[in-house]
Amino acid sequence: MKKSSLLFLAGVIIVLALGFLMPWLLRNPFYFFAGYVVLQYVTIATGWNILGGYAGYINFGAAGFFGAGVYLSAFLFTTFGLPLPLCILASGVFGAILGVLMGYLTLRIQGVYFAIATLGLVVVLETIVHNISGLGGASGMAVYGPRPPAWSPGPSQFNFTVMLVIAVASVALARWVEISWIGRGLRAVRASEDAAECSGVPTLRLKLVACALSGAVLAAAGAPYPFYTSFVEPVTAFSLVIGLNAIAMPLIGGTRTWVGPVIGALLLASVQQIATVTISSELNILFVGAVLIAFVAFAPGGISDLFGRNKGRARS
Amino acid sequence: MLSIDILLNAIVTGILLGSVYASLALGLGITFGILHIPNIAHPTLVVAGAFFVYTLAQWGFDPIIAAVIGLVPFYLLGVALYAFYSTVFERKGGANVLQSLTLFFGLSLVIEILLSLGFGSELKSVSVSYIGSSLKLGVLTVPYRLLIPALLAPVTIAAVWLYLSRTNSGTAIRAVAHEERALSIAGLNPASVKRHAFGIATATAVIAGAALIMVGPIEPFAGRYQIGRVFAIVVLAGMGSIPGSLVIAIIIGIAEALVSSYLNPSWSPGVAFAILLLGLALRPQGLFGAAR
Amino acid sequence: MKTRRQFHKLVAATAAGLAAPAILGSKVFAQDKPIRVGASVSLTGPLASTKNGLIGYELWRDDVNAAGGLLGRKVELVMYDDQSSAANVPAIYSKLVDVDACDVLFSPYGANLSAPVMPFIKQRDLFMIGMFGLAGNDVAKHDKFFHSGPWGPNSGRDWARGFFDLAKAQGVKKIAIINADLEFSKNAAKGGAEVAKEYGMEIVFNQSYPPNTSDFSSMIRNINAGDPEAIFIASYPADSTAIIRGVKEIGISDKVKIFGGAMIGPQYGALLSSLGPELNGLVNSHTFVPEPSMQTPAIKGFFDRYTPIAVKQGVDPLGYYIPPFYYVAGQLAAAAIIGSKSVDPAKMAAFLHANSVDTIAGKIAFNEIGDWKERRVLMVQLRGIKGNDLEQFRNPGHQVILDPPSLKTGDLAGPYNKARAS
Repeated sequence: MKKSSLLFLAGVIIVLALGFLMPWLLRNPFYFFAGYVVLQYVTIATGWNILGGYAGYINFGAAGFFGAGVYLSAFLFTTFGLPLPLCILASGVFGAILGVLMGYLTLRIQGVYFAIATLGLVVVLETIVHNISGLGGASGMAVYGPRPPAWSPGPSQFNFTVMLVIAVASVALARWVEISWIGRGLRAVRASEDAAECSGVPTLRLKLVACALSGAVLAAAGAPYPFYTSFVEPVTAFSLVIGLNAIAMPLIGGTRTWVGPVIGALLLASVQQIATVTISSELNILFVGAVLIAFVAFAPGGISDLFGRNKGRARS
Repeated sequence: MLSIDILLNAIVTGILLGSVYASLALGLGITFGILHIPNIAHPTLVVAGAFFVYTLAQWGFDPIIAAVIGLVPFYLLGVALYAFYSTVFERKGGANVLQSLTLFFGLSLVIEILLSLGFGSELKSVSVSYIGSSLKLGVLTVPYRLLIPALLAPVTIAAVWLYLSRTNSGTAIRAVAHEERALSIAGLNPASVKRHAFGIATATAVIAGAALIMVGPIEPFAGRYQIGRVFAIVVLAGMGSIPGSLVIAIIIGIAEALVSSYLNPSWSPGVAFAILLLGLALRPQGLFGAAR
Repeated sequence: MKTRRQFHKLVAATAAGLAAPAILGSKVFAQDKPIRVGASVSLTGPLASTKNGLIGYELWRDDVNAAGGLLGRKVELVMYDDQSSAANVPAIYSKLVDVDACDVLFSPYGANLSAPVMPFIKQRDLFMIGMFGLAGNDVAKHDKFFHSGPWGPNSGRDWARGFFDLAKAQGVKKIAIINADLEFSKNAAKGGAEVAKEYGMEIVFNQSYPPNTSDFSSMIRNINAGDPEAIFIASYPADSTAIIRGVKEIGISDKVKIFGGAMIGPQYGALLSSLGPELNGLVNSHTFVPEPSMQTPAIKGFFDRYTPIAVKQGVDPLGYYIPPFYYVAGQLAAAAIIGSKSVDPAKMAAFLHANSVDTIAGKIAFNEIGDWKERRVLMVQLRGIKGNDLEQFRNPGHQVILDPPSLKTGDLAGPYNKARAS
């Protein structure tokens, strides 16, 4: 194992250990409610970046995958009483299948078409949920989550820890993709798809793999959501805000490496959480819009890129 | 007898609605279809156009007159937007799709919030004498509320298409996306041609806005519901095929109306995309686009 | 002024966040500290049109403080914007309870936004006033939850029963039901269908349509094909306009005796003035109208103060539907605090269960899950509207109460086509 991988592994262990200990050290549940949302976005941004960042294929439909995960896990839990880990796993598998389907339909053509088709995915899935009475349609569906196990002090803390495990697993997956042959191939696709194809890179297969992994992570991010809100309804499960944040966070953090989406999500989601309970007005959304424009205009490589450049300069 | 009656009316309603969709998609057909700039803020600009029309209508202007007055300010707005867009991306030698999408997404959020700060979040509508009555042709009942906006689309589309295909500056717009360098050799400045095109595209938003507010009341966030549909139309028509977009829009309109009449209206939001996905799978270059 | 207040809020919130454990620890000694009332309000997003309720909260707070506060303590509102999204609700209420240490909670608007907070208040055993959530407590059955809205018991099914009572009295046998695919409308239609069946009516048409549908001509034709005598509509503002216009354009059978029911929109000034005379004949649900049987000096005084503020803020200048009940929510909390001489949730709840409370919306008594013991949803018929002047709706006679019988100010005028033309 390389030195960087050892460091990463050490980091993972520390973060997980903190995640299990924190609920006992920090008594105020609010931090776990807010922290859950931040971690959910870390997962979403990371999942989005596997396809959007590494391969350069923009997915507007993150909310579609997320919502599919939300509804599948809510359905499996309320109908069959499946335990939480199985719900998450099932959501991930379903997200992967959805990703491959989407990819197979649209990836043979240009990336822009893929982006637009994903916009449609959200609408189609939302329409389907509206029309299935078993899922509650527009009235939504109440989900009373499992009782938290003894190692966690309460439901909000338990949800937080579950989300942390999912987030860490997603980041590890993204990092593995990045340093493996898949990442190399995807970077070639991003640089020039034709050139990659000519030099024997199996571009379509690579893109499908990326679609599947990305879809799986996005759907898994939605799996614990029903237990967080105790209630699911289509408008929030397929919310445009999720699709928007999925794009904005990697962009702000940087799309080239796994670090970018994590930084972007930690930063933007925390700012949003704080803004919700401080500014609390339209200005909140105006702020997000302005930040997006500012980053595209002045720091297109994202924060990790700025940071990297400065470090490079300091060294030279 | 009765079912034929319902079928005919559904088809006519579909044609009218489709024609309104074509108005909404026209500006995007220019920016995205011809210039390849994925301007997802376009539906929001249409809503801004609708609010412009609403404001003038409060002073007693007819919505269509108001839209014509709005052409110049919206043209200038479009020119300014493109100038901003190009200064942002010029330094980096061209935009990648992700960045321009995000830029326009940010822009549409800003416009939405400014509209909601300026006009409040209540629904706004215009009242004109012809709204509420309808034209009766045998078994057909055609509401003027849909008919008048629907007639705007073919007129504007024809005007834009004639301009693009018959005039020199129009030809330059169509050429700029493909042969930027050839255009500079011919003594034209590609940047100013694109600016002009973006201005025209944005000017169509105010016409579409007039159509939108005549059909029904609007609120600042109304653009969001249209994003998917207008992109579906532009892509399915084949990028850059302006007349094709009218045909596709009408096909989508008819399909939606038939689904609402015979299946259940609650399935209709999925129709445009079902057609889009099917279209992309079967004929990726679009129905009216040249094969690549 | 506003920015300074926001700045203060920001400072206070930051300070509260940092000092959270200290505040929690010192709660016992808080006798002379203000009583904190926490709520989330939809200032932005699809439900932003409900934000005029905030004026109701603020007027109540000002009134209470002007009268010296509650138990000698000032009242302070802690308010956050949930952006109309249920996803924001859990964190906001945890902030209100765990960081801001609020003594009393008001729920977010409506059932979908309130659902995420119900398990939370039940688990923590907190006191909450519910804001317009239909059947909001029917699942959780929390004994410290009280509705400020007049839905009455078993509201999921019964809240619009008045419409069906009227239809039954007209001898309606065939009914059509349509609804928007959104929470409130869907539940209204579902409950309505059950009541219609109970009354032995045949449902000849029952469809839902997606939000933002702008053309209803094909639906209206399909309804006409079913030949109903009553049409029950559960819609949201944009589609309410489109349906009313569609009916005018396409026309509707003369057999239809009663039309409307649960349309959201014709309660608001914007829609009343934009549609004007086109609304004549419509029978629709409401919570307050300025008819002689409801008008009291107290509620008139409320609206006299509400209107100038609403005009300044650019929200609904009439405000009949939501704002008075936001003031009522405050009055309920105040009654519970004064009556039980404490801010202890159990004592406050016990008081409200045992006593009825006088509010600007009349006397309210609660059942064991906090519903009003008596349903007081109005079915009003819009009549005699001329032109698009909004002020006419402040006068009696344009929104005639048909149901409940105790508040009735007129009889149903029908059939719909005749009432529409008048």
